[in-house]
Amino acid sequence: MIDYIYLTIVLPLLGFLINGLFGKKIKNEKVIGIIGSATVGISFLIVVLAFFETLALPVEDRSNTVNLFTWLSVGGLNIEFGYLVDQLSLVMALVVTGVGFLIHVYSIGYMHGDEGYWRFFAYLNLFIFAMMNLVLGDNFLVLFLGWEGVGLCSYLLIGFYYDRKFEKSTVPDAAKKAFIVNRIGDFGFLLGMFLIYFTFDSLNFNEVFTKAEFTSVPESTYFLIGLFLFIGATGKSAQIPLFVWLPDAMAGPTPVSALIHAATMVTAGVYMVARSAIIYASAPTMLTIVAVIGLLTAFFAATIGLVQNDIKKVLAYSTVSQLGYMFLALGVGAFSAGIFHVMTHAFFKALLFLGAGSVIHGMHEIQDIRKYGGLKSKMPKTYITFIIAAFAISGFPGLSGFFSKDEILWYSYANGNIVYWLIGALTAVMTAFYMFRLVSLTFFGEARYDSSVHPHESPAVMTVPLMILAGLAVVGGYVGIPEIFSGEHGNLFHTWLLPVFEPAEQKLAHMGSHSHFEEILLMAVSVIAALGAMYGAYKIYTEKLNKVERIRAMFKGVYTTLLNKYYVDEIYEAVIINPIVKTSRTILWKITDNKIIDGIVNGSASVVEIISGIIRKFQTGVAQFYAIVMMAGIALVFFWIILSL
Amino acid sequence: MSTIPIEYYLILSAFMFSAGVAGVLIRRNAIVVFMSIELMLNSANLTLVAFSSYLGNVAGQVFVFFVMTVAAAEAAVGLAIIIAIFRNKLTVNIDEINIFKW
Amino acid sequence: MNIEIIFFIILAAVAGFSSVMMITRRNPVISAIFLILNFFALAGLYLLLNAQFIAVVQVIVYAGAIMVLFLFVIMLLNTGKEEHILATKKGIKLFAILVASLVFAQIVYLIVMQNPSLGLSPDPAASINSGTVEKIGRELYTNYIIPFEAAGFLLLAATIGALLLAKKKLD
Repeated sequence: MIDYIYLTIVLPLLGFLINGLFGKKIKNEKVIGIIGSATVGISFLIVVLAFFETLALPVEDRSNTVNLFTWLSVGGLNIEFGYLVDQLSLVMALVVTGVGFLIHVYSIGYMHGDEGYWRFFAYLNLFIFAMMNLVLGDNFLVLFLGWEGVGLCSYLLIGFYYDRKFEKSTVPDAAKKAFIVNRIGDFGFLLGMFLIYFTFDSLNFNEVFTKAEFTSVPESTYFLIGLFLFIGATGKSAQIPLFVWLPDAMAGPTPVSALIHAATMVTAGVYMVARSAIIYASAPTMLTIVAVIGLLTAFFAATIGLVQNDIKKVLAYSTVSQLGYMFLALGVGAFSAGIFHVMTHAFFKALLFLGAGSVIHGMHEIQDIRKYGGLKSKMPKTYITFIIAAFAISGFPGLSGFFSKDEILWYSYANGNIVYWLIGALTAVMTAFYMFRLVSLTFFGEARYDSSVHPHESPAVMTVPLMILAGLAVVGGYVGIPEIFSGEHGNLFHTWLLPVFEPAEQKLAHMGSHSHFEEILLMAVSVIAALGAMYGAYKIYTEKLNKVERIRAMFKGVYTTLLNKYYVDEIYEAVIINPIVKTSRTILWKITDNKIIDGIVNGSASVVEIISGIIRKFQTGVAQFYAIVMMAGIALVFFWIILSL
Repeated sequence: MSTIPIEYYLILSAFMFSAGVAGVLIRRNAIVVFMSIELMLNSANLTLVAFSSYLGNVAGQVFVFFVMTVAAAEAAVGLAIIIAIFRNKLTVNIDEINIFKW
Repeated sequence: MNIEIIFFIILAAVAGFSSVMMITRRNPVISAIFLILNFFALAGLYLLLNAQFIAVVQVIVYAGAIMVLFLFVIMLLNTGKEEHILATKKGIKLFAILVASLVFAQIVYLIVMQNPSLGLSPDPAASINSGTVEKIGRELYTNYIIPFEAAGFLLLAATIGALLLAKKKLD
């Protein structure tokens, strides 16, 4: 099955073409939905088979490349359309196709009745196509193809409801914002790719990484490559400073938020950094920058999420925060921990978003959590799955989120320092708090919506995926049980990924080992703090709702800043966007375009005019004049004859 | 029997030819231009006859005979054209007969 | 200094002088007269070269027929005197004179360089008889009969053409 891995990419493309070209004519929603979901489902099966096949191979043979055809062969640059099936890409592919399939099924029910139904599934399939190119590609260019592709699909899907308004502007504006901010990151990515090619003469992963491991290149080059690639990652994975598009991306339908902005696209940056681990490991300064930015993003996003009132906004900032955790893990050299968190986060975040979608669907499109309350009895299945996800993300012991987040926190202490751990643990506490604030305000307490709204549970086609994801959120962590618990088996996930990250981890020459005691101590502290936050949030937002108003009034300034997301968008607008627009108008347009470029173009035409004006005088029409010229020519010929004699 | 070097005749012929060329290029009266052309033809005749005499070959003079014939025909037709143009434009000043000019 | 050279110098001088005069006179009739003088000088030169037939034909055809035609047309059109040559378009005309003299100089140079007298060894006996009527007639009617007939046709065509072009249109 490994050799047929390209089918996992071709099938979604086929789904896109069928639904895209003929979707409008196929009036039957079920058919469209089945075509869209089946392609992803079959791709998932193929990936599973490839996974088991790889599992059966000895460890040294687990990296295989499947070449489809040569894409470019220009000068010294030879790019194949090749797919790398190794441990890391299989994990990503499983997540993408698995969670993707569940979300496709969910969308069959969620998008019911929408007149753009066929368009939605076509775009979703196109997205899976691009994402699979991204995670399976064996060189930077195919990865970039997928990178751009998912950016495009993100734009198409965010702007799905293209005729609606969204907050202060319109839905298309939100889509454009996502695309443009992503492009800024892509610029960095491109620079990184150019530098890689310039340094290593190739863009193929195996070639580049082997060279990076063995040949000596100045550390500053690695630093620059890592920096540029990371700029791309901040754009795609919504880190500081390019995270501003993710909250606006909530303008799209909820399954889109689940698939793209929680489980898959935003993790592309994490995947890319993890894949290039050897490059980052060769420039430890850059790795520190990655960790710091990840940490800061995690912290600040969590603070913003504490006070948001839109259910999807809370989840959006939560995503930004969790992505920060993943980068923190990568930044301290715990690459497999970062990928582990990608996987578990996909499970519970997708579940959270889909559950939110179920709530929104049941509440007739109301998204303000202040208008929710007491939905526990009205939507039981949604409630149970949602709270399981909330427990998972808050790090309740035994669930998937606990294992992955704790591993990150441990490594941030062991490979980093106590400050990393402290801020990380604080963020975890805030995560627990705002999640349970959300849960309490939505499902517990008194109903705060008026009587015209009749919330109802969602149909099975939507709740079954929720339940499957909930199961995964519960058991998904057991592949990554840390050594202290699993004894001699070690961390299975870590072992599986070890061959991919070994060169990088060796270069980082880790610090000495810390005792198991420290690990258990820190774990206990963070768990207790998180449990406390969960309980506290539950209590405040269920029973003592009136106290909230008073607390709000006490911290008025802090509250407004947080509510307005630290005014980041406004600052960008004033500092970056407006000057650029002004400069473009006055200088680039009026001077460069009008005067210089037009001047050159018109000027060259004037020169031609002048010269032709002079030459024109030769055509006098007077035969005698022509005769004189002919005679002069004859004189010249005579000269030539004389000279040649 | 010729003690005159042939170059003398050739140089005289060249002189007459250049004079004819100058006449064609400078004069404005169409008939005078025609006469200059006749002058050029005659200079060529002189060359031909000179060579024919010095080589003892009569072919040169036969050729002169034909040149004269053609010159006569050409003069007749050319003058007829001038008369026809004169009827329309009432001038033989070639500066004013600028029908070529756009 | 034999008589031949003296005759040559006189005739050449007349020919050269008349040709220059022809192109510089303002009155076209005077130009025509000078041209006739030039033709007579040429006829004399032909005689000097033993080309009797050509000399006579020159006087009869050129000076006698063609120039008379020219004079008829000049008189008929009655254009009057021109203004001075260099009055208008001075620059171009000076340039033209320059070009013409340049061409003259180049041809002279070429002639002198080639030095044709070296290669020529004229046979006096053949030379004397080369220009007689008998000789030319014989050549014309045997070797050059076809061009001769073609010339006849040419003259016919010219005659008809001249007739048609010059006659008044019958409206």
